[in-house]
Amino acid sequence: MSEPVPPAVELRGVNKTFTVKRGSVDALQDVDLRIERGEFVSLIGPSGCGKSTLLRIIADLLAPTSGDVWVNGKPARRARLDQDYGIAFQQAGLLDWRTVQANVELPLELHGVGRAQRRARAQELLELVGLADFGTHRPPQLSGGMQQRVAIARALAESPALLLMDEPFGALDEMTRERMQNELVRIAGETGAAVVFVTHSIPEAVFLSQRVVVMSPRPGRISEVVEVPLGARTDDTREAPAFYAAITQVREALRGRPVPEAVQVGAAVDAALRDKASGAL
Amino acid sequence: MTSPRINVRRVGSSLAPPLLFGVLFLVAWQTFVRGFDVSTFVLPAPTDIWSSATDQAGHITTAARHSGANAVVGLLIGLAAGVLLAAVAARLPLLGTAVTPLVAALAAMPIVALAPLLNNMYSPLSPLPRREVVAISAFVPIFMNVYRGLSRLSAVHRELMQSYAASETAVLRTIRIPGALPYFFTGLRVASSLAVIAAVVSEYFGGLQDGLGSRITDSVGSSDYPGAWASVLGSIVLGLIFYLGAAVLERVVLGPRAAPVT
Repeated sequence: MSEPVPPAVELRGVNKTFTVKRGSVDALQDVDLRIERGEFVSLIGPSGCGKSTLLRIIADLLAPTSGDVWVNGKPARRARLDQDYGIAFQQAGLLDWRTVQANVELPLELHGVGRAQRRARAQELLELVGLADFGTHRPPQLSGGMQQRVAIARALAESPALLLMDEPFGALDEMTRERMQNELVRIAGETGAAVVFVTHSIPEAVFLSQRVVVMSPRPGRISEVVEVPLGARTDDTREAPAFYAAITQVREALRGRPVPEAVQVGAAVDAALRDKASGAL
Repeated sequence: MTSPRINVRRVGSSLAPPLLFGVLFLVAWQTFVRGFDVSTFVLPAPTDIWSSATDQAGHITTAARHSGANAVVGLLIGLAAGVLLAAVAARLPLLGTAVTPLVAALAAMPIVALAPLLNNMYSPLSPLPRREVVAISAFVPIFMNVYRGLSRLSAVHRELMQSYAASETAVLRTIRIPGALPYFFTGLRVASSLAVIAAVVSEYFGGLQDGLGSRITDSVGSSDYPGAWASVLGSIVLGLIFYLGAAVLERVVLGPRAAPVT
């Protein structure tokens, strides 16, 4: 009876090579990763480290050049056909001519769910993302953060065990971004879905995740996996010393060398200033 | 959805400047013609044109009806052909890349120049050659816009639909067609104005003489210049009716997504 529960995601020896005009680019090299059910994992790294490529390989939107990809214990393609995951991108990608409600219903409609059931499910999801009163609005009437909430509701429509997110808050202002992070932690907790979250913001990765997967470019590979044992996330988490310690740890991993104890504070300020200047990382 | 009801005050305030300017223009025209005693074959006064238009109102209306019928029939044919071919071209990219430049070249061609040749192919009593000129003129903007609209698919939507394992037909139904509607209406606006121009001007080159174009040439031929101008006025009204018809249809179908009328 008690069959072992398969992990949400399992990658073994994944490589991805893109052929370009002159030769080829190694986007991913020897990636092994296992993400448990209900786990929140962020992928972080500089541009070109292959984090978005990795997410698309899990989603079966791209095929790996070699290696095995399992989602919910099934090959990635099967999992996509079975709608085992929901996905959200940096752009909300809502259909402007549909109401918010109809946007959330889109995947259900495409998969032949009846009208009444669709409506009930969309209402439930809009409530979950705090937009219960906006069902009849059109996307252009909503703010960027609200549009992203709709996109998240849409990704959760079929109660997937896995939520894939490609920099979903990348285009939002800092205040909205933190609010959305709080919301996402709550939503992930309530749905019990595992989340793979691509970002290039260190605080965002640390705040959201149980594990931060740090990647490095040329060729894209996993350089370190940082555990973030911060417990339940609240707004206070952002002020906790352990939060800053984890940020430092991820930053060190990104630089590929440890930061000496004495210069850590100065470096943290430097990096924080640089973060501000460049938006993130 | 916001209702397509038209805000009277806003329409009033946006109509006032062009109306005022139009009236000033007519007054200046009238003063110029009368003041300098310009002869009517050079430029008749607005009042002369207006009295001629009221005198010949019946004839002009009949002629406008014929030209209008040619424009409508031609427009519908061009519309059907444009939408159909655009759909096929969008579905078969190879055909699309082959055909689109040709249609673009067609756009650069003065299509009314075909009128005398088409007239030659049919009986002088047939309305067909003019309708064909209209159809070809209308086809071009419809095809170009609908093709562009149907071919557009953003990366997010493509990946999203792929994640849903949606068929190409589902993508067409849920994203491509609704996304192409505004493009279609842009094409329709241009095509409806072109249709009237093509219907009127193609009559200058012979064929059945029952429309506004032939009234203009006939009036000029018999030195009735105010009468010719009165028929030009009729063509302007006909063109406006077509343009407004397309704009209203767009507003009804698209609601708040529609482009402003003017």
